[in-house]
Amino acid sequence: MLMADHEMKTTAPDTGLRIRTEVKAQGVTAAPPRGGEPDIVCRNVNLSYGDNHVLHDITMDVDDRRVTALIGPSGCGKSTLLRCFNRMNDLIDDVRVWGEIKVKGLDINAPITDVIEVRRRVGMVFQKSNPFPKSIYENVVYGLRIAGINDKAILDEACERSLGGAALWDEVKDRLDESALALSGGQMQRVCIARAIAVEPEIILMDEPCSALDPIATLKIEELIFQLKEKYTIVIVTHNLQQAARVSDKTAFFWLGRLVEFGPTAEMFTAPKDKLTEDYITGRFG
Amino acid sequence: MSLRRNLARGEHLIWLTGSALGICLLMILGLLLVILTKGLGIFWPSRIEQLTLKDASVLAGEPVQRQAIPNPGQPDNLEKHRVQLKVGNRDLYGFDFKWVDESEIAKREEPAGLYLVERSEYGPLIGTPVRVVEGEKEVAAGPEAVRPRLPELVAKAARDREAVKAMEKDEIGGVNYILERIRLDRRKLDYRLKQDPSRDQSPERQALDKREQEQKARYAELEEKLGKQMEGAASTRVTFRTVDGQEKELRALDIYRAYPANELAWPGRARVYASRLWSFLADEPREANTEGGIFPAIFGTVMMVFLMSLAVVPLGVLAALYLREYAKQGPLVRTVRIAVNNLAGVPSIVFGVFGLGFFVYFVGGGIDRIFFPEALPTPTYGTGGILWASMTLALLTVPVVIVAAEEALAAVPRSMREASLAMGATKFQTILRVVLPAAAPGILTGLILAMARAAGEVAPLMLTGVVKLAPELPLDGFFPFFHLDRKFMHLGFHIYDVGFQSPNVEAAKPMVYTTTVFLLIIVVLMNITAITVRNYLREKYKTSAF
Repeated sequence: MLMADHEMKTTAPDTGLRIRTEVKAQGVTAAPPRGGEPDIVCRNVNLSYGDNHVLHDITMDVDDRRVTALIGPSGCGKSTLLRCFNRMNDLIDDVRVWGEIKVKGLDINAPITDVIEVRRRVGMVFQKSNPFPKSIYENVVYGLRIAGINDKAILDEACERSLGGAALWDEVKDRLDESALALSGGQMQRVCIARAIAVEPEIILMDEPCSALDPIATLKIEELIFQLKEKYTIVIVTHNLQQAARVSDKTAFFWLGRLVEFGPTAEMFTAPKDKLTEDYITGRFG
Repeated sequence: MSLRRNLARGEHLIWLTGSALGICLLMILGLLLVILTKGLGIFWPSRIEQLTLKDASVLAGEPVQRQAIPNPGQPDNLEKHRVQLKVGNRDLYGFDFKWVDESEIAKREEPAGLYLVERSEYGPLIGTPVRVVEGEKEVAAGPEAVRPRLPELVAKAARDREAVKAMEKDEIGGVNYILERIRLDRRKLDYRLKQDPSRDQSPERQALDKREQEQKARYAELEEKLGKQMEGAASTRVTFRTVDGQEKELRALDIYRAYPANELAWPGRARVYASRLWSFLADEPREANTEGGIFPAIFGTVMMVFLMSLAVVPLGVLAALYLREYAKQGPLVRTVRIAVNNLAGVPSIVFGVFGLGFFVYFVGGGIDRIFFPEALPTPTYGTGGILWASMTLALLTVPVVIVAAEEALAAVPRSMREASLAMGATKFQTILRVVLPAAAPGILTGLILAMARAAGEVAPLMLTGVVKLAPELPLDGFFPFFHLDRKFMHLGFHIYDVGFQSPNVEAAKPMVYTTTVFLLIIVVLMNITAITVRNYLREKYKTSAF
């Protein structure tokens, strides 16, 4: 059930990590039709840090292979919600989450769910690009290495495929052994995206991926998001409303830990139903 | 008003802070200058002065110092001076140094032809070579005939000593080593016999007897060979005449260096200097450490620091990892952290006492009872040795490493850990693959501090295994090569020993400074090595620019 909806997959020996048999899947070619079950289902999700109740009864669905943008003023809880999807909030003491979050039908907060498995299936790209102080190659194959794959052929293939998928292969193919930290900001962020897609996740979470980048680099990442949504479900947190309008299919607007409005981006930006949403997207506050 | 305004501006503070820094720098430079000039000056061959006193007696020696002495009754009662000469020839005179009042000197000169001879005992000899004898036959008589032969004689003596030493140390030493093993094996059999009297041990005993016979035969053979070698080498003898007419016959074998002190020009002096410096570095000490070199002490220091590093880094890093990564931060962890910090301030002799009680007597004694019962009551590990000294120092320096490692771990950016965890890495994988490599330079900084502290620490070593003179290095060619139970020499202790425990303090005083110079050099070299490694790692794991 979990894996049935995508194209044919094989299981790499001993690891449980899924490697797609089809090698060069970038671009628009091999996308199966969308539809069916939503990828992420949230029902009455609440979150508190100690006594501080941060998220209130969030209920929303994230569609398969679409881009969903989370917008709202700082501190409204959009990043916190994003980090619920791969349980990164576990790293913070005193966090309590209740309500139901299902990723591809898997209740990720259930006691028997392996958090490692969740994070392998839900990749993440951070606000500040955070490549490891290693070579470009080692950065990209990090996820495979920790899964125990050390076969050079598999790693090479994954490296080329992921860097290709992150639109970076042509720029770095001759210097894979150089430090990833020697790259430009935009390139570093794309290395991080390549690192995330190297393990073939189903969903990619992006937490303000362009906020530290210049306009040209931002444009490249946005183009990349456009390509990536052919294969991956993307949830993006952004402060840049134009960016949300450009890249997303659906937009969710948050206000003080509550989901105010959620709907197709085009509708939301042209005819918001809620007064708060209208005020925010027209720049009257925030 | 204006004074107050000036004070408030803080101009004076710049002066104050600047002067404080200046004083610190001056003191450090002064320290280096004193140690370097006193330490490195002693190898420079000085001239030999010959004094004829008013009572017609004659003295010769290297002038050491000149002092004003009180002269009561005179208008200026500091007018009188005396000079100190290093006259050598302790076997003839009974002293090395002599003070002479300048008022008693009739004539001062620096005659050519006077030699300074460094020999195997009684300190240096100052005199003129007059005769060379080989066996019973005189081969050269008179200074003019002997002088050209001396360099060759000294070089041959060095070769002979080398050959004799090689034979004594390697060949005879090897046989002795095997004989000692046989003795221990036999005691092991005795020990087993007590536990299990019914077992027949005769085959083992016969084998041991046979091996002992062989080794003893070989020993006798080597002994004879050594005797012959010694006979050949020792038959050449050189006679020197001192300035007051006494004659001293030396075996050529005992002469380490001989040079005409007043005839050497700059290049000659530089050659003597270099050769003395080299033998100081490479030779073993002679004459209760007042002559010869410090090689065993350098070796012991470096090896001890190395062993200590091997123990302290894993221990400190693991402890820091637990404190920083796994323990729940709270009052308990804070208390532990404060306790660890305070441990660094415990006087080092306390660690020495602990090392003696715990490592030497408890752990070492236990090892002896379990693994080396045949040698008891002679202890193997149950006595001070390089292993226990290193462990004690590791304990002494582990707080430094823990603190540095903790800081290094804390400085690894959170974003980097999150990146790894978000990839589905476990905490363990994240620590191993991301956190530790990124923290490695900081951890090495801790090691550098620990090494600097350990290399200079003496007090705990005196309780746990350092000795005045170790006959054997802790690393040699006999299986199992590393002899961690052996006692060792250490530069810091050597300084103390030469300076305060020496039978001939006056003669040994310059060695204190020289040994200090080399202790400093060793510490600096070890630190430079560690810093180079750290910089390499820092370059490799350079964290992001923003």
